[in-house]
Amino acid sequence: MEAKLSFFVHLVRYARGRSPWLFHLNCGGCNGCDIEFLACLTPRYDVEQLGIRLEGSPRHADILCVSGPVTRNTQAALQTIYAQMPAPKVVVAIGSCPASGNVFADSPSVVGPLEKFIPVDVYVPGCPPRPNAILEGIANAIEQLKTKPVTGIGGKSHA
Amino acid sequence: MSYTIPIGPYHPALEEPYKLELECEGENVREAHLQIGFNFRAIELIAQSRNIIQNIALFERVCGICSNVHTLTYCLALENLLGIEPSLRAQYIRVIVAELERLHSHILWAGAAAHILGFQTLFMTCFRLREVVMDLLETISGNRVNYAMNAIGGVNRDLTDPQTIRDGVRQIQKAVEGQLLPIFTNDPTVRARCAGVGILTKANAIAWGAVGPTARASGVAQDIRQAQPYLVYDRFEFSVPVQESGDVLARILVRALEMVESCQIIEQALEQMPSGQWKGQLFVELPPGEAVARIEAPRGEVFYYIASDGSEKPLRVKVRTPSFVNMPTVRLMLKGATLADAPLIQASIDPCYSCTDR
Repeated sequence: MEAKLSFFVHLVRYARGRSPWLFHLNCGGCNGCDIEFLACLTPRYDVEQLGIRLEGSPRHADILCVSGPVTRNTQAALQTIYAQMPAPKVVVAIGSCPASGNVFADSPSVVGPLEKFIPVDVYVPGCPPRPNAILEGIANAIEQLKTKPVTGIGGKSHA
Repeated sequence: MSYTIPIGPYHPALEEPYKLELECEGENVREAHLQIGFNFRAIELIAQSRNIIQNIALFERVCGICSNVHTLTYCLALENLLGIEPSLRAQYIRVIVAELERLHSHILWAGAAAHILGFQTLFMTCFRLREVVMDLLETISGNRVNYAMNAIGGVNRDLTDPQTIRDGVRQIQKAVEGQLLPIFTNDPTVRARCAGVGILTKANAIAWGAVGPTARASGVAQDIRQAQPYLVYDRFEFSVPVQESGDVLARILVRALEMVESCQIIEQALEQMPSGQWKGQLFVELPPGEAVARIEAPRGEVFYYIASDGSEKPLRVKVRTPSFVNMPTVRLMLKGATLADAPLIQASIDPCYSCTDR
């Protein structure tokens, strides 16, 4: 049984370590980070050179990129989507908003920062961060993905 | 058989969270319900607890695509209240930045539309072209998204290198006229997906109060830059592109032609720009009273209302954004459309939910 599990762990690490897929989540941000994130996918910055693809479903994603200060209306969806992602998973907080709330920190409809709800692995500071910085954050996330525990095979996740 | 399809709040084709519920009868959409408010950050409320200069940074973050538009309108409203007028050079710099922003916004939208059409090559082409605009904005302001160019009574940075801007704008105009316009007008795939899809009639556009390119694509020739010129827009020669058909293709064409006009406005502005003072002006105190300002943003009319009681904090700042006004028209466009066209139709008004929700 032990040997079998370790085989699966190796298989998951081998299969998912090379080409991580991103899921992008806007938790009430202003669009600035989202557009810079989009610019990362396009010819000049080309995040695909790292083997990365933007994925539409959280169930297939390895890296969760969150922007925005987490508003009241997006908080539930954020937690659902994080739970839907299979382990190993890494969270990248893009911009100052998920880190601190930025200019919206004292707003009554902002419930952030992000780390109150889900564990954050990489912070990319800036309002908004440059695409180069986002690329570096994602490259950092790929490194961290290798050390994350491989639990919850089959869609269930244990953070 | 009738059924309801919920789309969102997080959907692969959408950058921002919002929810669309489509009641379908077979392949056809019978009714659409739009739910917004996911991006609500209570910006108007926080603005009442900060002073008017801190609020410039706050309103810059209403929207990451048209960040300059919001600070510009806010500063114009404050200048109306204070009774000060920015110097001529500052006004020209504001026009140049505003038009560059329109360029990047329209190219971004063209890319997003191409992505929804499934035309990935065009998506990449648009985004490569957009980087040229981003470089120009970075040359002027040092930033790619939140330029922080507007100050009360002036601008924060001078425009020191007009030749670089001129070269860049010519490159963009050449690419828009040579690449984007022919693809959007002649390509059979684009025509098949866009022509006759999501029609908004002129009567409906007026009745539902559509603004900006959405209204102009339905034959409503309305542009604040010409109807009520602000800054120095009355000194430029430019036309307002209008299409009559009111479908998705018309909305694409209006924006593409507007890009060419924007390039020409920037060229004229660089030509006419006088030398002189450009910095923001000092003022002693804010007089009590009310003021409004409205300008033509990439998506339509942006309106700001400021009420002051004479203290450093505003009593009320009301923001009316174009996407908020255009959103209900999506319901009309979707009725009777096929389900496969729904993402393209809702994207065709260039919705910005950060602006809408604030």
